[in-house]
Amino acid sequence: MTNDLDIFVGNTTLIDEDVYRLWLDGFSVSDAVTLRLRSGILEQTGATVDVLQSDTMDHYRTFHMLERLLHTPSKLIHQLHFQIPPSRQAMLIERYYAFDESFVREVLGKKLSKGTKKDLDDISTKTNITLKSCRRQFDNFKRVFKVVEEMRGSLVENIQQHFLLSDRLARYYAAIVFFANSRFETGKKKLQFLTFEDFAYCAEQMIENWTLGAVDSNVDDMDVDLDKEFLQELKELKVLIADKDLLDVHKSLVCTSLRGKISVYNEMEANFKNLSRALVNIASKLTHNKDVRDFFIDLVEKFIEPCKSDKWTLNDVRLFLTQYMTSAHTVDAFRHQALWDRYMNTIKSCLLKMYHD
Amino acid sequence: MPGKLKVKIVAGRHLPVMDRASDLTDAFVEVKFGNTTFKTDVYPKSLNPQWNSEWFKFEVDDEDLQDEPLQITVLDHDTYSANDAIGKVYIDIDPLLYSEAATVISGWFPIYDTIHGIRGEINVVVKVDLFNDLNRFRQSSCGVKFFCTTSIPKCYRAVVIHGFVEELVVNEDPEYQWIDRIRTPRASNEARQRLISLMSGELQRKIGLKVLEMRGNAVVGYLQCFDLEGESGLVVRAIGTACTLDKISNTAFLPACNSPSKEMKEIPFNEDPNPNTHSSGPSTPLKNQTYSFSPSKSYSRQSSSSDTDLSLTPKTGMGSGSAGKEGGPFKALLRQQTQTALEQREFPFFTLTAFPPGFLVHVGGVVSARSVKLLDRIHNPDEPETRDAWWAEIRQEIKSHAKALGCHAVVGYSESTSICEEVCILSASGTAAVLNPRFLQDGTMEGCLEQRTEETSPLGCGFCHIPYDELNMPFPAHLTYCYNCRKQKVPDVLFTTIDLPTEAMVIGKGCLIQARLCRLKKKAQAEANATSISNLLPFMEYEVHTQLMNKLKLKGMNALFGLRIQITVGENMLMGLASATGVYLTALPTPGGIQIAGKTPNDGTYEQHISHMQKKINDTIAKNKELYDINPPEIPEEIIGSPFPEPRQRSRLLRSQSESSDEVMELDLSHGKKDAFVLEIDDTDAMEDVHSLLTDVPPPPGFYSCNTEIMPGINNWTSDIQMFTSVRVSRLSNINLTNQTLNKNFNDLCENLLKSLYFKLRSMIPCCLCHVNFTVALPEDEVIQVTVTAVAITFDKNQALQTSKVPAAEKTLQRASTDNEEQLQFPLELCSDPLVSQPFSPAKAASLDKASPLAEGHLRHRSIPSCTNSSVSVVKMTPLSFIPRAKITKYLGIINMFFIRETTSLREEGGVSGFLHAFIAEVFAMVRAHVAALGGNAVVSYIMKQCVFMENPNKNQAQCLINVSGDAVIVVRESELEMVPVQPSAPVSQPTSAGGDVTT
Repeated sequence: MTNDLDIFVGNTTLIDEDVYRLWLDGFSVSDAVTLRLRSGILEQTGATVDVLQSDTMDHYRTFHMLERLLHTPSKLIHQLHFQIPPSRQAMLIERYYAFDESFVREVLGKKLSKGTKKDLDDISTKTNITLKSCRRQFDNFKRVFKVVEEMRGSLVENIQQHFLLSDRLARYYAAIVFFANSRFETGKKKLQFLTFEDFAYCAEQMIENWTLGAVDSNVDDMDVDLDKEFLQELKELKVLIADKDLLDVHKSLVCTSLRGKISVYNEMEANFKNLSRALVNIASKLTHNKDVRDFFIDLVEKFIEPCKSDKWTLNDVRLFLTQYMTSAHTVDAFRHQALWDRYMNTIKSCLLKMYHD
Repeated sequence: MPGKLKVKIVAGRHLPVMDRASDLTDAFVEVKFGNTTFKTDVYPKSLNPQWNSEWFKFEVDDEDLQDEPLQITVLDHDTYSANDAIGKVYIDIDPLLYSEAATVISGWFPIYDTIHGIRGEINVVVKVDLFNDLNRFRQSSCGVKFFCTTSIPKCYRAVVIHGFVEELVVNEDPEYQWIDRIRTPRASNEARQRLISLMSGELQRKIGLKVLEMRGNAVVGYLQCFDLEGESGLVVRAIGTACTLDKISNTAFLPACNSPSKEMKEIPFNEDPNPNTHSSGPSTPLKNQTYSFSPSKSYSRQSSSSDTDLSLTPKTGMGSGSAGKEGGPFKALLRQQTQTALEQREFPFFTLTAFPPGFLVHVGGVVSARSVKLLDRIHNPDEPETRDAWWAEIRQEIKSHAKALGCHAVVGYSESTSICEEVCILSASGTAAVLNPRFLQDGTMEGCLEQRTEETSPLGCGFCHIPYDELNMPFPAHLTYCYNCRKQKVPDVLFTTIDLPTEAMVIGKGCLIQARLCRLKKKAQAEANATSISNLLPFMEYEVHTQLMNKLKLKGMNALFGLRIQITVGENMLMGLASATGVYLTALPTPGGIQIAGKTPNDGTYEQHISHMQKKINDTIAKNKELYDINPPEIPEEIIGSPFPEPRQRSRLLRSQSESSDEVMELDLSHGKKDAFVLEIDDTDAMEDVHSLLTDVPPPPGFYSCNTEIMPGINNWTSDIQMFTSVRVSRLSNINLTNQTLNKNFNDLCENLLKSLYFKLRSMIPCCLCHVNFTVALPEDEVIQVTVTAVAITFDKNQALQTSKVPAAEKTLQRASTDNEEQLQFPLELCSDPLVSQPFSPAKAASLDKASPLAEGHLRHRSIPSCTNSSVSVVKMTPLSFIPRAKITKYLGIINMFFIRETTSLREEGGVSGFLHAFIAEVFAMVRAHVAALGGNAVVSYIMKQCVFMENPNKNQAQCLINVSGDAVIVVRESELEMVPVQPSAPVSQPTSAGGDVTT
């Protein structure tokens, strides 16, 4: 005797969080049953495998029906088809839009196109995340991207409003959208030590300081694109390294104030010009899309790696960057104070986040 | 022109994309009532159109207002081709037709299409202006209130309970009309939905007219059913109980009525010598009636033929037998009164299952009748005489059975059909009872509420006392003196179709008891088929009854409530499924055990086997007694002094079958000369039976189940409820089916379904499944469909523990002799179940821990944003007549909805399971939307009356019909109402959230 049809429908839609996770992770019904069996659920409840199978199928069906609504979360909130308490709705949405660290690190900064989608097989094998789950996560990125890409106003707020995500998750999505739009390279071997969280932090800093929306909220308020004018102006900073006097003054100011405070004083003194050149060069090159993409590689190669090889501590880096930034203000001949701060504040925050002890 | 219907179409949302090119829709709306149609403007290129239409006004007769549904069709405008229909909304405007219900229907309705299901929503406002109608000969019955609830609705008082009303209308089924050869199934299904909507409106109006004739103002326990007779047509029939209801203006007047936890009374040991206080205050003048004594012989028969029935027409005043002699003068007096009250009635039937206190005097037992009919084409739909005659015949039979039990009335009455091809089994059943006449007459009800308390037997055992004459018993039965009052005789077991009366005293908890049975039958045509079914029926009834009896004994209980026996006919088999709630009534004797006897006494190993089985049975009984807290006080046998010493168990079921030829069969359900406590194992069949008895697994710890409204022994419900429907369709793979394998398969199907429910609802523990309603259908050869609807309610274990501080049961028993005030409302939750005494089982706690930490490397957060305020209001649904921990403040009208869903892409929609899952969810959604639009927040007495599922996997097609009904109400949570803090442990503040809160 076989059950052709086997369903359970509650007036309040029954949602099992554990099964939801298995479904989100892209496991097939039979895999999910095996995993649930392993969790010892049968011993706890005295149920049989058949019961577990039927229960899993039922939940999967429900999730499948809910998926369509989860694509536009506002629909889930207003629909009449499934009666779900608001707290559960929020849980469903939040979990649906959650993603795996290892997956996002693979996709971050890549174009969210069909081409990338084709590579999901490889990503799936590499990360050991099921293809189904990879597809869901990729489609989520793409969907959020499409909706907020052309939108005015705060990126985070737009995402939150349209996808009803938590503040934290909305910030992460803002980072993903921002990275995808500017196509920052994050996948190189040298960048592997950086976590998604590091990048998300940097993205937030850049969105807050370097985009159009950062300066003037009235003008074409766009959080997604970097402020082109600002990038153009950054060329002006070159004077700090091009003018030999300026460079020397800057160096002596930094050295004076750091003497006795920093543990790697000699190394710092020896390397000052190189480091300063690196930071200013990165700034001046940002007008080219190609260099924007290499922004993080440049930071690592030109700044982090030299410091690492000289065994700077995080504190040393902090002291140096703070002094390096503030000292420029006292260099009389340097006129671009506001520009300098706008650039350096973000660079400093990013570097400190990226500098792992 | 007695009415003006006004409709406004406000807006739409989430419409489907109808134009692939633009990904948008040009929607407009057609509003149709009767033959008048209005249209809104086209709202171009939007999935969220804002029509904001003018008020469309329909000037119509109130007759039409009652019959016709308001039909709203949403269409996509197409300049070049025909407009495409997006979907429809049918709105029953009946709730707007009586003053105390809803005043406006306003809200979002799902737009429904028979092929695509729900496609977006539409916001509609509907109002009705009614003018007074002075026409005496009017055909409408506006103003008569309808309730599905089978008890007096909570905020009303019954002034008079008039009695039975019934009506049926027939029509040709559109699906079987010639035109369906040329029109699409969709068009035909839409025609069907509309027709049934129309027919149920008409039916309700006609019933309403009958109620007005009886000078009533309401129908309670309204049950409307469809018979899809296929080619011979479509029958819509309804039964109900006409009442005159009075709204209780001061709602605080009867707070106890609204308490969901109908308190069980403690077991007082009362020495009041006269339990028959109910007859102390006769409110009708004594009529000196001469009874024609019928020969006692006629009562010894199990059932009487139809011919006898006819001679027992109510007007003759026969049938009470030699009442006065042995029953004491009170009984005779009472009987006379009731007799007069019920005399005028053709059928003294009541569809109610719960009654005002004092209404039910005695209960005789279950009466049922079945009849097998051959369907023929209904030639003249305006005169559905054949169907009327069939039912009249069955009702007549029920009535005569009740008479044979010394009862004048039948309560908890219901009717059902099972159709397969051209054969139809009509069934009716109820509980024979003697009623207090004062509720049944006009003009005598003044002050009845005040007198009520004094009237009720303080012992709560009155209803158990036999109504029939001890010396002229309708069947041989084993009687003892009542264990409560020691004055009157009671039977050893009691089967009823009603809910447990509130005054009943019970020990321990109750439990769901089911008897399941299959019988193969040969495929046959017409007459031959009907005959073979008729021949099988008595055997099935007998076996179902035996199974129930054995299972009851195995549980250590002595009474069944809410008994419902369903016999389903299929092509090549018959299925019987009986469900009831077993309880231990203190008034009835302690049930004996079950003895097993072998046939071959000299075989050593065999004897050993027998004794092993015996031990198992005894163990099970002991375990069940512990599980359900059944620990009756020991009462020395000599006090009771049974006048009939021989320990015979007898059936209290009285029934008969008649087939189309009006031939009547008689069936002796008593076990003849054999002692029924003894199960004889004389062949493998019997062995199987014993085995199957023992295979019923008790529910897991923390779960209880019953099919009645309330569960004895549990009274601390929380507001956490979850109503659900579960459907299983099973295909029997064996070609060589035998009755045994069939039985086993069916048994497994039901048991597995229950197990699945327990697993799914495990987060609600401690929990009780209430009003568990199983229905069986045989849609095809070798296919069994089982549908279950029930509500799971979490109860509060902690609170129970607190209340257990009251003196233990034994002490109360001894003390209560001085304490014979009737309102001893001690909860019976005295012994805590050791298995679930902890509020949370450790397993659950552990799993919660397990769920919280995030997997390594996962960016998953449990921080969930503060919930966005949902615009969708929560609507609770329950098959019970109340919402736990809440009070019904207003009844808004009945919900009676019929939907058809079809698909031609079954696989793409997730197969049969995906299809039906989505459909049932849609039905729930549409019910909720209608209730919300009426201004309600709950549906009580919800029932899924029909769920007919057909598939054709080869063509990738499926179709399903669902009919649901219930009462839309406004409920207010008790905590809000009284502003008194309830027990802090009660999660009152979380209405439904935990319903979906499953952790593993």
